Amino acid sequence: MENLLWLIPVLPLLGFLINGLANKRLSVNISGGIASLSVLGSFAISILLFTQLVANPEMVVQADYFQWLRAGSFELNFGFLVDRLSVIMLLVITGVGFLIHVYSIGYMHDEEDHARYFAYLNLFVFFMLLLVLGSSYVLMFVGWEGVGLCSYLLIGFWFKNTNYNNAAKKAFIMNRIGDLGFLLGMFLIFQTFGSLDYDTVFTAAQLMQFDVPVLTAITLLLFVGAMGKSAQIPLYTWLPDAMAGPTPVSALIHAATMVTAGIYMVVRSNVLYVMAPFTSEIVAVIGLVTAVMAALIGLKQTDIKKVLAYSTVSQLGFMVVALGVGAYTTALFHVITHAFFKALLFLGAGSVIHAMGGEQDIRKMGALKKALPVTHFTFLIGTLAIAGAPPFAGFFSKDEIMASAYVYSPFIFAILAITAIITAVYMFRLYFLTFHGAFRGSKHQADHLHESPSTMTMPLIVLAILSTVGGFIGMPEIFHAPHFLKEFLKPITAYADSYHFGHVSHMFEYVVVGVTLVVLALVIYGTHNKYVTKAHVPVPESQLTGIQKVLANKFYIDEFYFNLFTRPMNVLSRFSYEWIEKGFIDRIVNSFGQLTNGASGLLRLTQTGTLGFYIFGMVIAILVIMLFKFVI
Amino acid sequence: MSNSILDIVHINNYVILASILFSIGVLGVMFRRNTIIIFMCIELMLNAVNLLLVAFSTMHSDPGGQVMVFFIMAVAAAEVAVGLAILVMIFRNVNSVDVNILNRLKW
Repeated sequence: MENLLWLIPVLPLLGFLINGLANKRLSVNISGGIASLSVLGSFAISILLFTQLVANPEMVVQADYFQWLRAGSFELNFGFLVDRLSVIMLLVITGVGFLIHVYSIGYMHDEEDHARYFAYLNLFVFFMLLLVLGSSYVLMFVGWEGVGLCSYLLIGFWFKNTNYNNAAKKAFIMNRIGDLGFLLGMFLIFQTFGSLDYDTVFTAAQLMQFDVPVLTAITLLLFVGAMGKSAQIPLYTWLPDAMAGPTPVSALIHAATMVTAGIYMVVRSNVLYVMAPFTSEIVAVIGLVTAVMAALIGLKQTDIKKVLAYSTVSQLGFMVVALGVGAYTTALFHVITHAFFKALLFLGAGSVIHAMGGEQDIRKMGALKKALPVTHFTFLIGTLAIAGAPPFAGFFSKDEIMASAYVYSPFIFAILAITAIITAVYMFRLYFLTFHGAFRGSKHQADHLHESPSTMTMPLIVLAILSTVGGFIGMPEIFHAPHFLKEFLKPITAYADSYHFGHVSHMFEYVVVGVTLVVLALVIYGTHNKYVTKAHVPVPESQLTGIQKVLANKFYIDEFYFNLFTRPMNVLSRFSYEWIEKGFIDRIVNSFGQLTNGASGLLRLTQTGTLGFYIFGMVIAILVIMLFKFVI
Repeated sequence: MSNSILDIVHINNYVILASILFSIGVLGVMFRRNTIIIFMCIELMLNAVNLLLVAFSTMHSDPGGQVMVFFIMAVAAAEVAVGLAILVMIFRNVNSVDVNILNRLKW
């Protein structure tokens, strides 16, 4: 099996090269087909690996390809490591990635730059696979940076629009800030353990004492990287702006895969995090605040993609809380289910936008369920999943997060529960405003409403099925079914499990399930009442006041960052340009030219043209020479 | 031959004469406007040097000086030929032999 391992990332890389070099010569279907097939190939190999790893708990597929770095006593091999954690990520990335590639064939059908799009998409999959396959932090960092780059390329795909370019820049720069923390963490790891391979670091870490300051520092710095990549406070503002990219990009990168890289990194390093309780507490708090804030902002957004973007930030907050309380398997569980239903929701939103001819404002939508039956039904499933309705996927993972949080701190559990309720509210608000009620768009849009082609609806259906049954891999104990995921990941979390942990009582679980059902029913009734029966349409921002205005303006964080960072930077930049560059350096450089000009202006006066003057000069020169020779 | 002539006319006189002749030549080249006069002054300088060379050759009883004089005379002849050819061409173009007319190669 090791000999096929290298194919997993190389197939998308080939797709990137073919699409990138052939560019305009390929039609949409062919370039999309090549891209999708390459990801499908990686998916097939991942399935093979998965079947092998299922059979054998302790097995790890490893392959070292070449020695990459060597400096003194430090050696680094370019190698892949596939254990049970990586194989799950591989399946999610290639599986959901494949579906999104197929969807893109339909979505980007009228785009003339489609080859570049599919090339970037394949390149992204390549880097993401490198990230999860790497056997050391350095290779993970290569993938980490690479997906940041592809995110920039894809957000700014329609580069002729300056706003989109700014959004792409914002995403990349914020990612970079996180990457600085990641790099510092890597340096510290190297200094402490002498190596950056997972094997070496984790076995050495287990020999250290609990709660050593250096481990706290390492885990904090690595988490800064995760904050940037997984859009936690304070580095989350790039994600809503990233909606400027094509919708499948939002689905793939900013819902299912790239933003989960931070979560993956922490789960991979669970040995380090479980031994640094201070960091874990900070992680949990940051996740909690992110979840609540983003959910509140999502309540008042009117762009269909922005609601989903803030929803993603909020759900990432949930995952990070799970990491903070030590429930690493649970966080990964939510990563998987979130990938399913968030990709589904984004693709559904893309279908809606496609049908509405580019309109993204939900105030102009409504009553779309008749014209877009498949989209409507799958979107409903996605909404139920994210709201945590049993038996859909989101219920099980969210339930588990909240249970783990309760064990750690009932306060965190309470806030999470409130956030879950807010999640249900804004998602059903979105659903009802988009698909029910009366159509509020223009006549032109009404005439052109059509269901999307099968390349777009098939992935929706597949994802809807996954969102429905995906939760069954992790059933809580009360349902008397084995928790497949926890069993599967036991070798990975073996060390962390030795530190744990309380369990919630069965009575608690029953209560939570019951309350969830009741609250969900109330929320659905309430939102239906407000947005369908009473046909309340969100008012334009200018008419909002008080707390609603603050929420609609996203707590004014963007403006705050602008004034705190961008403005001083611009002032400094202008100062450097005017005073240092033009006033100082240019003056010095120009003075050389002026000096030459001045000197030549003086020297040319000797060229008088009269013969007598030249001979006179010669005579004087000879006299001077003779003077020097015979007198001095 | 002995330095008989130098017993009668001391070497200093030859040196002074040659220097005066040379200076007259130099001043003539610098300050005269007629090109033909300038050529003549150049010849004057050359001949002053010839004279001095011969005088020293006699003083040191070294024929080398006189050989050099032969060379200088030959070169002077050739140079005059070329110079007069140039002068004729200039005259054909500007119709004058005034040196100060040719002053356009200036800044």
